[in-house]
Amino acid sequence: MQDTTSIPMIEVNNLTKYYGEYPAIENLSFTVNKGEILGFLGPNAAGKTTTMRVLTGFMPPTSGSAKIAGFDVVDQSLEVRRRIGYLPETVPLYTEMSVTDYLDFMGQIRGMDKQWRRRRIDEVIGICRLGEYRSSLIGKLSKGFRQRVGIAQAILHEPEVLILDEPTIGIDPIQVVETRNLIKGLGGEHTIILSTHILPEVSMVCKRVIIIHEGQVVAVDKPENLSGRLRGSEHIEVDIRGPAAQVMTALRDIPGVQEVTRTDSGDVGSYDIETASGADLGEHISTLVHQRGWGLLRLQPIQMSLEEIFLSLTVTESDSA
Amino acid sequence: MKNTLSIAWKETRTYFVSPMAYIIMAVYAGLAAYYFVTSISGVLPEATIRGYIFPSTFIFTLLAPIITMRLLAEEQKMGTLELLMTSPVRDYEIVLGKFLAAMASLLSLLVPTVYLVILLTLFATPDMGPILSAYLGLVFFGMAALSVGLFASSLSGNQIVAAVLAMGILLILSIVDLTSSYAGGIFTELVLQISITTHLESFVRGVIDTHDLIYYVIFTTFMLFLTVRSLESRRWR
Ligand SMILES: Nc1ncnc2c1ncn2[C@@H]1O[C@H](COP(=O)(O)OP(=O)(O)O)[C@@H](O)[C@H]1O
Ligand SMILES: [Mg+2]
Repeated sequence: MQDTTSIPMIEVNNLTKYYGEYPAIENLSFTVNKGEILGFLGPNAAGKTTTMRVLTGFMPPTSGSAKIAGFDVVDQSLEVRRRIGYLPETVPLYTEMSVTDYLDFMGQIRGMDKQWRRRRIDEVIGICRLGEYRSSLIGKLSKGFRQRVGIAQAILHEPEVLILDEPTIGIDPIQVVETRNLIKGLGGEHTIILSTHILPEVSMVCKRVIIIHEGQVVAVDKPENLSGRLRGSEHIEVDIRGPAAQVMTALRDIPGVQEVTRTDSGDVGSYDIETASGADLGEHISTLVHQRGWGLLRLQPIQMSLEEIFLSLTVTESDSA
Repeated sequence: MKNTLSIAWKETRTYFVSPMAYIIMAVYAGLAAYYFVTSISGVLPEATIRGYIFPSTFIFTLLAPIITMRLLAEEQKMGTLELLMTSPVRDYEIVLGKFLAAMASLLSLLVPTVYLVILLTLFATPDMGPILSAYLGLVFFGMAALSVGLFASSLSGNQIVAAVLAMGILLILSIVDLTSSYAGGIFTELVLQISITTHLESFVRGVIDTHDLIYYVIFTTFMLFLTVRSLESRRWR
């Protein structure tokens, strides 16, 4: 542990925001220390964007308070805004401007002088690998490159705190990997809060995760622990032609199989096989079926969808709460 | 102030690289020339530019909202307002910057009409005083019209809605003086004072009345103030 980790850069205290009668976030409290990358994980409509909009001073909270670098987001909004870099979820950019003109403008309104702007624009264009596109119109760039421009403007003025709202949403897989590495590289220097609804993303990028659901914190943990908690088992679905009772017993006897349930009967039976995580029994099952002279009509490993993961997570957490 | 100028400069550049700038300029130049030629083709032509100054109020009622409609509506629609409002820029700096850019656009409309003045000096010896004061009046009138347009643009994320709304407000403010004869008593005077066109008349006659200047300045300041409040209220939604 470094010394710097004990300096709180973002302090959120009982933050609540109502849209009319509807509470988007309720009594949110957490702290992010200097140099930390905090993952803000939650399904759609959990309140991630709302929280970030309050932190950036875009909208005031209904109650509670938040401080960034010691400044209150409502009473000292301007001081807060000087110290943050923000990438909104929709990556809003001036499409009729070129990349460098846009960055220059953003630098100006962040109070950067001409020399500083010139130096930093070159730097961030390098960091975000926008070199080839520096004079392209933003409107002509692909979604992934726009995302990079969005990140470039957020880090341009070397802000102490970076607030990134779903920075990898809607871009292609290769660019997702690049963007994650980019963000990872920014930690340490900057304090980062990054929202996402993708579980693996937080394990790849963040050291600590806050999970929110329906506007409330349901878990705070290290990503390793979270994935461990979630990835208890895996499922395989198979359709096998053969005598049901014998098939069931045979499947249950395979080492690593935890549970077999028959979901459809008849000549061809469908079975749901629950296995230990990482067991990877597909080949094993097909050999078995073959040896017994049955017919294997379908074999499909089932990955838990994010929604299910969240469901299981939020259910267990709120049950225990 | 620096922020205001940065925003003004950015908007001015955006405006002048768009074809809209030149379409509007051509439309205004064409109409001004038409009214000018008509006015000096009479039996006893006067060497003045009144011919196109008065119709300009109506033309500006239509063109000013087109100049301003983009300025805040587009930012709301594209979401760029979120980045602007989370930058260390005060709301009034945003509004002033946009307004200055709109003024630059409006002034650019007047540039080609200088040609008409030159024509006039070639064929006659016009009195330059009223010409200059008429231009000054038109600039002040345009300033007021733009402030209405900017306010309308802050109310909607839809440029067309913003433009039509501004045209409506300006139209009402320009023709309200027509009701003066029906109003009677104190209302006659009130209606004449409110109208944004009546204050242009003395400028065209060559008289710069501080009372008219003050009217336009207060009118504009008030509209810009409303625009700032409208932006601020976005934070509270
Ligand atoms: N401007 C708004 N007005 C009314 N309701 C809103 C507004 N923004 C978000 N909401 C609602 O608040 C909840 C949280 O939204 P949001 O913060 O955007 O969640 P997330 O970013 O986690 O998807 C959602 O139910 C959403 O519909
Ligand atoms: Mg969101």
